Amino acid sequence: MSIRDNAWQMASALSNKEISAVELANQHYEQINAVDKDVHAFLYLDKEGALAQAQEVDKKRASGEKLSPLAGVPLALKDVMTQKDVPTTCGSKILENWRPPYDSTVVTKLKEAGVIILGKTNMDEFAMGSSTENSAYGPTHNPWDLTRIPGGSGGGSSASLAAFEAPLAIGTDTGGSIRQPAAVTGTVGVKPTYGGVSRYGLVAFSSSLDQAGPCARTVLDAALLHQVIAGFDPKDSTSINQVVPDVVAAAKKLDIKGMKIGVVKQLAGEGYQKGVENKFNEAIAELVKLGAEIIEVSCPNFEYALAAYYLIAPSECSSNLARFDSIRFGLRVGDDGVKSAEEVMNLSRQAGFGREVKRRIILGTYALSSGYYDAYYGSAQKVRTLIKQDFDNAFAKCDVLVSPTAPTTAFKIGEKSNDPLAMYLNDIATIPVNMAGIGGMSLPCGLAEEDKLPVGFQIMSPAMKDDRMYLVGGALEAALLAKWGKPILDFAPKLAGSK
Amino acid sequence: MSLNYDRALEIYEPTLGLEVHVELNTNSKMFCGCATEFGAQPNTQTCPVCLGLPGSLPVVNERAIESTILIGLALNCSIAPFSRFARKNYFYPDMPKNFQTSQYDEPICVNGFLDVEVETDDGNEIFRVEIERVHMEEDTGKSLHVGGATGRIHGADYSLLDYNRAGIPLVEIVTKIVPNTGKYAPAVARGYVAALRDILRSLKVSDVKMEQGSLRCDVNLSLSKKGSGELGTRSETKNVNSLRSVERAVTGEIIRHANRLQSGEKIVQETRHFLEESGQTRPGRSKEQAEDYRYFPEPDLVPVVPDAKWIEELRNSLPEKPAERRKRLQQAWSVPDKEMSAMVNAELLDTVEQTVLLGADPTKARSWWLGEISRIANDKSVAPTELITVKDVAQIIELIAKGELTDKLARQVVEGVIAKEGEPSEVIAKRGLKVVSDDSELMKAIEAAIAATPETAQKVRDGNIPAAGALIGAVMKSTGGQADAARVRELLLKHLGQ
Ligand SMILES: [Zn+2]
Repeated sequence: MSIRDNAWQMASALSNKEISAVELANQHYEQINAVDKDVHAFLYLDKEGALAQAQEVDKKRASGEKLSPLAGVPLALKDVMTQKDVPTTCGSKILENWRPPYDSTVVTKLKEAGVIILGKTNMDEFAMGSSTENSAYGPTHNPWDLTRIPGGSGGGSSASLAAFEAPLAIGTDTGGSIRQPAAVTGTVGVKPTYGGVSRYGLVAFSSSLDQAGPCARTVLDAALLHQVIAGFDPKDSTSINQVVPDVVAAAKKLDIKGMKIGVVKQLAGEGYQKGVENKFNEAIAELVKLGAEIIEVSCPNFEYALAAYYLIAPSECSSNLARFDSIRFGLRVGDDGVKSAEEVMNLSRQAGFGREVKRRIILGTYALSSGYYDAYYGSAQKVRTLIKQDFDNAFAKCDVLVSPTAPTTAFKIGEKSNDPLAMYLNDIATIPVNMAGIGGMSLPCGLAEEDKLPVGFQIMSPAMKDDRMYLVGGALEAALLAKWGKPILDFAPKLAGSK
Repeated sequence: MSLNYDRALEIYEPTLGLEVHVELNTNSKMFCGCATEFGAQPNTQTCPVCLGLPGSLPVVNERAIESTILIGLALNCSIAPFSRFARKNYFYPDMPKNFQTSQYDEPICVNGFLDVEVETDDGNEIFRVEIERVHMEEDTGKSLHVGGATGRIHGADYSLLDYNRAGIPLVEIVTKIVPNTGKYAPAVARGYVAALRDILRSLKVSDVKMEQGSLRCDVNLSLSKKGSGELGTRSETKNVNSLRSVERAVTGEIIRHANRLQSGEKIVQETRHFLEESGQTRPGRSKEQAEDYRYFPEPDLVPVVPDAKWIEELRNSLPEKPAERRKRLQQAWSVPDKEMSAMVNAELLDTVEQTVLLGADPTKARSWWLGEISRIANDKSVAPTELITVKDVAQIIELIAKGELTDKLARQVVEGVIAKEGEPSEVIAKRGLKVVSDDSELMKAIEAAIAATPETAQKVRDGNIPAAGALIGAVMKSTGGQADAARVRELLLKHLGQ
């Protein structure tokens, strides 16, 4: 048993009583102690809570109680999900020290399944960003190269997997925040169908786009976690009341003979790094070898996806973030007994929000204002409908669609932080999935020859057909593993102090 | 020279518009499971959702949708097969999310009407008030601004916030403009709110207590020069919280507008606050200062798509319209207009009807509830129905009809029931209030009275019938009021040869 094992291997070692949940959690805390000073994946460690939880699982197992498959396996939780009495900052100063009085539905399900929550992971403030540099608590570093970004917004979750600080993590994906970090850290990340996983307790950035999902080092691990967190939640009106597709069986099937796989013409070419395109094409060749049929499809409206996204997401965020007014929770600045509530609110928001958050609030406030609504928000919604139509047309011909997850590999910390538009382009291939509410997965497909950094392969599946991306992802992963001879993370340089 | 009301209406024609907010009486809030009971300890009926905590999400209360559809149907509206919630964005300390979840361009009920009967110089006349929309939204919390002169947020030392009210379901009922009411504008406004209140009460969807704020009215008013055909600029008077205030607010605004217009000043489009003491209004926000609410569809909620069959079921379940019911009962009970109004105003129509349905005579039922029982209720500042049940009153009236109780005894029974001595039969037994109907018992009392005042008895024998009164009185006294006075008189006169 090693912390480099996959989650399903840990699960079976636990169930065979080769290791206890407490020991497993402690091994991960040791690794965190050793490497997180360099990686900075975590914002908060709930060691006491996690060990108590682990003890509980061990006790239940000893008494012969039937446990959920992942019981006792540790997990890193993105700091945007509420966990009762555990600090939840969303990477923002405005929520520093806020301890929510309630569990998000995802956390409730994790606890019920006996998954051990080690701590909360770093992120771009309120999930706005693609590099985790927008965290108010400092950036997370990519375990492949500590001078590079781990992607974002969920850079902490993905980095924790790549640094073997946790075998599983929860991310949230509004425009690519699970998939792009997975791509640049050589890990797996899945954005389920919108409504597939409850948003209750996910601090909203953009309500119509946000979706929580599983992050792991393998497709099967992601599927096992997906199974735990997915399903209808009466507390989330947008949650889908349907049976969750059997993603675990799909991940194990490994047979994609005859499947029709569409390559999206618009998600390639200009702006895509050479090594990214090469690794993507090599993966396509593997899919052909596995008996899949490759079809080129055109989604002409994807061209407008980024622009429409940067109207919808900021509009919704301008309203969602209005509640941070210093009155009931969070940072309060300037309350000297003389200033009015409004002045204190303004000072608190000024001090509590970072530049990117303010930029998007201003953008969204403008886009929704009277006289501009139709031109901006209204048009963006129309684009959204067109993107859905593009997907519908493509899925009429194909079972899944594929593309590179991100146009480049991990860039240097600081390289794009003063150029928001260049930063936004990171999500060009992931955003259409959120706009249409369908499922998307990123898994590693190799190292770009020019920088030896991981490249992500994106698989997109129709709404509530999440099993399809697990099926294709599982088969591709197995083929690539056979080709490489070892997991991709074994090619990464060893972190100082790492086990 | 300033214009008075009558002069103002010789020159100008008023146009009304009314917006009524109604708190629904659902057990739980609009978007969460919190209780809605009025008057609980501050901030005890809250949860992450209605406090707007990060991560929380709303879920629509189905019961609130049902109530709103019932209101729409009762107001002759069409029910939208597809409607949506929207966010109305603005900052205010007692609004947890800093947006109100409301309905905007896709309300659930549209295009209805309500007929309002108003007393005019030519008898009662019907004014049809057209309804533009009925929509759902959530209430805000309540602020209490402490210190400072005005009780407003500006100048206050600090403010206390109670979020118990935050998220209580509200229904907003908006009329189209109501033209051609002339000098009856105040009466139409009042009559509309009263008729609406009756409908809401009959639907049992709201407490409709204006004094507790569960029904609040905003009055829009504009004046146009008679014959000009052009609408004037309107003012919107907020939170007018009694029927009388509605009437006064309209009257006051007519006079204010007329005088401004007459002296060449413009009417500013603004919201105004009604001042209960003076009946005047003071300015609030002007249109220039008005906020841009940045409405957009609420992404956390799915559209409301009520099943057509369900709507028909609700339509079939509508109760009799209050105005029709009132006419029917007035006729059946032969009640004069004035008494009918008294009964309605005292909110005792239902109670009286229930009493009658248990077999009581309508006139008796009315006089007991509006007389003796209301009098005691007033003294105790409670509702009459909190003192005594319909069943008890009906039983007492029945005993009177059977001759087992006199009115005087009945009053004592009522008193006993109110004092929680038990049901009428128990009070009668405990207090020994039975009418003495045994003639031999009565004869003993009569003989004793005659023996006590033989001169009076002689007068009666001599044909001075009115003198019998003193003897009857003595008998009633000696029997503790439990004798039937008519029977005593009959026996006495016979005994004395009359
Ligand atoms: Zn609540």
